[in-house]
Amino acid sequence: MKIIVCLGNVPDTTTKIKFTDDNKKFDSDGVQWVINPWDELALTRAMELKEDSNNSVNEITVITVGTLGTEPTIRKALAIGADNAVRIDAEPIDSYFVAFQLAEYLKNEEEDYIVFAGIESSDYNGSAVGSMLAEFLNLSSISAVSSLEMQGDQIKIFREIDGGHEVVSMSAPFVTVVQKGIAIDPRIPAMRGIMMARKKPLNVVAAVECAPLTEMLSFELPQPKPPCKMIDADNAKELIDLLQNEAKIL
Amino acid sequence: MAVLVYTENWDGRFKKSTYELVSYAKAISDMMETTVVALSIGPVEDKELEKLGDYGVDKIIKISDDLYSVLDNQVYTRVIADVAENEDANVILLSHNNTGKALAPRLSVRLKAGLVTAVIKVPSSVEPFTVCKKVFSGKGFVHLVVLSEKKVLTLSKNSFELVEKKTKPGIEEYSPDFTLGDFKTRVEKVDKQTGKLILTDAELVVSGGRGMKSPDNWGPIEELADLLGAATACSRPVSDEGWRPHEEHTGQTGKVIAPNLYIAVGISGAIQHLAGISSSKCIVAINTDPDAPIFEAADYGIVGDAHKVLPELITAVKEYKSEN
Ligand SMILES: Cc1cc2nc3c(=O)[nH]c(=O)nc-3n(C[C@H](O)[C@H](O)[C@H](O)COP(=O)(O)OP(=O)(O)OC[C@H]3O[C@@H](n4cnc5c(N)ncnc54)[C@H](O)[C@@H]3O)c2cc1C
Ligand SMILES: Nc1ncnc2c1ncn2[C@@H]1O[C@H](COP(=O)(O)O)[C@@H](O)[C@H]1O
Repeated sequence: MKIIVCLGNVPDTTTKIKFTDDNKKFDSDGVQWVINPWDELALTRAMELKEDSNNSVNEITVITVGTLGTEPTIRKALAIGADNAVRIDAEPIDSYFVAFQLAEYLKNEEEDYIVFAGIESSDYNGSAVGSMLAEFLNLSSISAVSSLEMQGDQIKIFREIDGGHEVVSMSAPFVTVVQKGIAIDPRIPAMRGIMMARKKPLNVVAAVECAPLTEMLSFELPQPKPPCKMIDADNAKELIDLLQNEAKIL
Repeated sequence: MAVLVYTENWDGRFKKSTYELVSYAKAISDMMETTVVALSIGPVEDKELEKLGDYGVDKIIKISDDLYSVLDNQVYTRVIADVAENEDANVILLSHNNTGKALAPRLSVRLKAGLVTAVIKVPSSVEPFTVCKKVFSGKGFVHLVVLSEKKVLTLSKNSFELVEKKTKPGIEEYSPDFTLGDFKTRVEKVDKQTGKLILTDAELVVSGGRGMKSPDNWGPIEELADLLGAATACSRPVSDEGWRPHEEHTGQTGKVIAPNLYIAVGISGAIQHLAGISSSKCIVAINTDPDAPIFEAADYGIVGDAHKVLPELITAVKEYKSEN
């Protein structure tokens, strides 16, 4: 069985956000690009499953819709341990466009497979691509997944529901949209992995014609917050008064 | 034309977020001069369904067959898409929660309808259809145009006020023709937190960070939360260390919440933590370090040791409660 990990390429989470061209574009000047944190955890879980001999996972493919500039991120995923990578050569215009490209590529997949996607990209926060891909491929999808275990062909998934979780059993192929818990700490590439990554296949394919359904018009920064009102540590009572009479919360 | 709103229920009950969504649907339908149709799936009594009429629903479609008690994303998508087509809906609304996030993208593909998730305001215009959402985990906003004729939106919690508008909606039963074999999702077990206020539903939250020093020091946080009727939360290292359960972890990689009040105790205010809580209406910070970044995000701050400040706050809340 093969695990396909959808890989987003996003600004490092500590990036200071700025916009250019009359706030029409994200200013990527000087930005450090990283694997979307969820996808890094998804890849980590995929690696753990491949290393475990109690199941049939034997290959991990990472797949990205992105321009040449995303290749360092893809190489990092190969260095962490993916076996091969696919880059669909296009600017990711909107989530519909991205999912369509991924689906066009994956529809020819013959082997049994599971797709891992993250719950959201840390840049545009779409929370969309994984489930859209499932609908394009006419596959089941399980969302809000915090754990996925495999025992032979038996797959057990924990999905979060409001105030608890459900244990769901599934059989491949399907798409799983993962979140917190899927793996604890992301793996970091070791020296050997970095050397090996250079020789691993990175297959570049052309995009297919598809019109996006949304368009980003303009960006805005949040209004600066008024300064914090400080209260003396010996006067906790005042905080309660303020919450009651000024903020009108209590 | 119509606005279709998927009104999710929990054990036969709607939540405040359901009514927020319905109020939002009504606001959009007014802008488009059309009607609001609510779809309810699962056993919900008519008395509960009628409450949707407090917020402007014109018609309710209910599916009460037990078959639909398991959330199978594929089946649900087909059901909602079919209703959308029957009702000639061109806007479909869901809450931005686990279910909405799982269904809205599938609906978008099925209906070839442009999707915007986690919207925070009514559209600034419906022609072209322009909506606003947060991006970069709250560090910015984007205004988007939906280009397709049909649209699917999910609404962020606590971002739209309830607006009462009494209507007397008719209730129609609908029976889609799916069978058990269509449900590929097999639920083996359900585990629910019982008796505890669910963090994502809470209007008030008391949260602790590494500054609490040890899991044994959580007594005052729980006591304060209890007194206020608040839920408890924590920063990521606290849940990673196993000091607190994972459900409490807030932030970019945990829960994103928007309560009316968030009290952060011994939390430094790292950018990834703020990503999960910056939409709170009011933030209070208690921290020994006057330069902690949390004070830049906070509305009210106390520089001081949690172990001294919390007991005083508890006393003050007790006094406040006995007076009110
Ligand atoms: C990709 C990524 C994702 C992340 N996601 C998240 C996330 O979702 N949520 C999250 O929380 N973090 C997240 N983090 C971690 C984040 O960067 C911070 O490390 C973390 O939030 C710090 O937690 P803290 O504030 O509890 O601890 P610290 O940063 O150690 O802060 C403790 C604070 O307590 C104060 N303090 C000490 N003693 C006392 C006392 N007696 N009384 C009062 N105050 C005291 C200190 O002054 C300090 O400000 C993420 C990091 C990365 C790299
Ligand atoms: N350009 C992309 N290429 C491949 N996968 C992507 C891309 N963008 C997003 N994804 C996947 O979809 C998930 C959710 O992203 P989004 O819907 O953009 O919030 C990410 O965690 C990735 O797994």
